[in-house]
Amino acid sequence: MRRSRRRKPKLAVWKFASCDGCQLTVLNLEDELLALAGAVEIAHFLEASRATVRGPYDVSLVEGSITTPHDARRIRRIRERSRYLVTIGACATAGGIQALRNFKDVREFVSIVYAKPEYIETLSQSTPISNHVRVDFELQGCPIDRRQLLEVLTAFLHGRRPNVPAHSVCMECKRRGVVCVMVARGVPCLGPVTQAGCGALCPGHARGCYGCFGPMETPNTASLATWLGRLGMADASLVRVFRTFNAGAPAFRAAAESHES
Amino acid sequence: MNPEPSTKTIRVDALARVEGEGAMYVRVVGDRVADVQLRIYEPPRFFEALLRGRHFTEAVDITARICGICPVAYQMSATNAMEDACGVRVDGPLRDLRRLLYCGEWIQSHALHVYLLHAPDFLGYESAVHMARDDASTVRRGLRLKKAGNAVMTMLGGREVHPINVRLGGFYRVPTKSEMRALAEPLKWARDAAVETVRWVAGFPFPDFERDYEMVALRHPDEYAITEGRLASTRGLDAAVREFGDYVVEEQVPHSNALHATIRGRGPYLVGPMARYALNFDRLSPLAQEAAREAGLGPVCRNPFQSIVVRAAELVYACDEALRLIDRYEPPDRPAVDVPPRAATGHGCTEAPRGILYHRYTIDDAGTILDAKIVPPTSQNQKSIEEDLRGFVQARLDLPHDALTWQCEQAVRNYDPCISCATHFLRVDVERT
Ligand code: SF4
Ligand code: SF4
Repeated sequence: MRRSRRRKPKLAVWKFASCDGCQLTVLNLEDELLALAGAVEIAHFLEASRATVRGPYDVSLVEGSITTPHDARRIRRIRERSRYLVTIGACATAGGIQALRNFKDVREFVSIVYAKPEYIETLSQSTPISNHVRVDFELQGCPIDRRQLLEVLTAFLHGRRPNVPAHSVCMECKRRGVVCVMVARGVPCLGPVTQAGCGALCPGHARGCYGCFGPMETPNTASLATWLGRLGMADASLVRVFRTFNAGAPAFRAAAESHES
Repeated sequence: MNPEPSTKTIRVDALARVEGEGAMYVRVVGDRVADVQLRIYEPPRFFEALLRGRHFTEAVDITARICGICPVAYQMSATNAMEDACGVRVDGPLRDLRRLLYCGEWIQSHALHVYLLHAPDFLGYESAVHMARDDASTVRRGLRLKKAGNAVMTMLGGREVHPINVRLGGFYRVPTKSEMRALAEPLKWARDAAVETVRWVAGFPFPDFERDYEMVALRHPDEYAITEGRLASTRGLDAAVREFGDYVVEEQVPHSNALHATIRGRGPYLVGPMARYALNFDRLSPLAQEAAREAGLGPVCRNPFQSIVVRAAELVYACDEALRLIDRYEPPDRPAVDVPPRAATGHGCTEAPRGILYHRYTIDDAGTILDAKIVPPTSQNQKSIEEDLRGFVQARLDLPHDALTWQCEQAVRNYDPCISCATHFLRVDVERT
C-alpha cells in the first residue's frame, strides 16, 4: 500500500548562539533516541551526524539566538525550507543569557576586549528567532525539559498542537506537594511568574526559582516584585533577578526596567 | 622555469559531531602544508563582560550556560574561585559530593563522546544512528552508560543540563543515604560496561601518528585530580592555580572567535584526558590501570587518535570513583557552609571532561563581580589541534581527497572540542607583536 511506503518525516536541528544544552537534550533521550531515529529521518543535526540531507524539512528545531548578520540571513533560509519551525530553549525563544548585552553597549566591549575588533562580527542585540521569522511553536526553558521536547516532537510529527502547560511553577509545587519556599522560609522565588515545565525543580531542592523557563502567560510581575521587596530585596537585585536567562522576554524585560534607577 | 606548484585545499565548512560551530581549513601548496586553520566562527557570547556587576553567588548558574555538555565543570571552577576569594574551604562530605557530581558529568560526557561523536569515525559511519543499524546493542550500551552519568547529575544536581542544586559553599539540598544507594546499581553496571568499552575501542584501527606534546593537567597528592590540584606538565611545570596567568598567554587570531592559549616562551600545549592520564596514571584506580594496560596503553599516550582509549579508561575510573564515594557517604549536618564576600581576587581550576578550566574573579566587599576571566580547555587546545592537522596532512598527502578530509575531521574530533566554551569570552591579555 502506498501509505506504508510513505517517506519518513525529515527532522532538522539547527544551532545559533547557544550552549548546545537544548540540542543535547535530544541526545539525552537515551531510552527514546533510537526509536526516534527509526520514526524520522534525521536530515540535519550536526552535533550528532556528518550526514546532511537537503530540505525541505518537516520539522526544524532551532536552538540559539541571532547575534550576527550572517545568522540573521541563515535563519531566513532555514524558515523557507521548513514546514514547521520550533524554537527550543531560552536562547531561541527570548535571546538567552547573551541578551544581557542588549542592556549594554556591545561595540564598547568588543573594542575594550579584542585587540583587533575588526575581526569580530557581532550585532548589538541578541534576539529571539521570532524577531526574524515566523515561528510555529516556542518551547521554553534553559535548558528545555526532555518530556516537553518529546511531547512537542510527537505533536508536530502527527500534525497537532503540543500540549504544553502555560501555568506557573507554583502550580507544579502544589501538585508535587512541595512546601512554598517563599511563604514557609522567606526565600525569594520567581515561581509565581515563571512558566511550568521543570516540575518545580528548585523549590523541590529548597531553593527559590530563578526563572529559567521564562515568563508564564500574563504573569503578574508587579505583585511579585512587591513581595520580593518585602523580603528585603533592593531595586538593584530586582533588576538582576529578572535579567538572567530570559532577560529579553518582554514580561521580564519590562519588570527589570521598572526597577532600574 | 618551474611550473606553478599545485594548490589543494581541504576544507570542512561546518564540522559535525563537535559541540558548537567550527570549520577547518588546510591549504597545501605543492608537497607542503602551507596553512592550517581551525576556524571557530561560533559567535562570541561575552560572558566575561556580562558577569561584571553581577552578584558573586550568580556566577555558578551564569557560567554553567557557557556549555551544556560540561556545566558542572563551570559550576565547580566558579565555586572554587569564589571560595578562594572569600577564604573558605569546603571539605568532608560536601567536597565528596562535588567530586561525585563531577564524576557523573565525566561519565555522561565521555560516553557521549566515545559512542556518539567519536567511535563512528573509526568504523566509517556518519553517526551513531547509522552505526546502530548494524550494531544496535553497542550503541545501546553507550546510551545506557551515558544515562548512568546523567542519573548521578539528576540525583545530585536536579537535572543533567545546568544543574540547579549547586551553590557557593556546597548545595541547596543534600541527598539522603537511600537516594545515594539507589545510584549504586546503575553505576555497577556502568563500571562493567566501561571496562567493555575500553576493550572495544582498543581494537579500532589507529593511524600511526604521535606528537611530542607538552601536556598540562592538575595533579593532586592523593587522588586522580578532578576538583583541585596543582598545575603540572610533562615538561616540569609545577605551579599553584593562582599562578595560571604567569604561565599561560592568550592571543587573538584573525581566523577564530576563540583566543589561542600558549605557554609563555614555550608554545602550544595539550590539556584533556591524554594529559591527565600521562600526569596521573599512578593515581588511577587499579581497575582503570588494568583496563588501560590490557588495551595496550603505556603510562603515557602520545597518539591523539588513541585519546578514545584514554577516555574510555577514564570512564572506568569515574564509575569506580563514584561507587567509592557513594559507599562512604554520610550526610553532612548542613547542605552548605557560609561564604561571606570580601574584597579579593580568587582563582579556581578544575578538570572539565576536555581539560583544565580556569576561572578568576575579582569581587568587592558587597560581593559584586568587578572582573572575570575564564580560560576553557578548547582555547588551550586550539593550537595543538592545528599542529596535529599540519603534521598529519603532511605525512598523508597521497591519500584521496575524501579520505584525507574525513581523517582530518577526525583529528579535530579526537579533542572533543567544545566550541561553545571557547567562544564564551572576553577580556584578555593580548600580546601584540
Ligand atoms: S536555552 Fe539555555 S540550555 Fe538552551 S542553548 Fe540556550 S543557554 Fe543552553
Ligand atoms: S524552578 Fe524555576 S529556575 Fe528552577 S528549574 Fe524550574 S523554572 Fe528553572
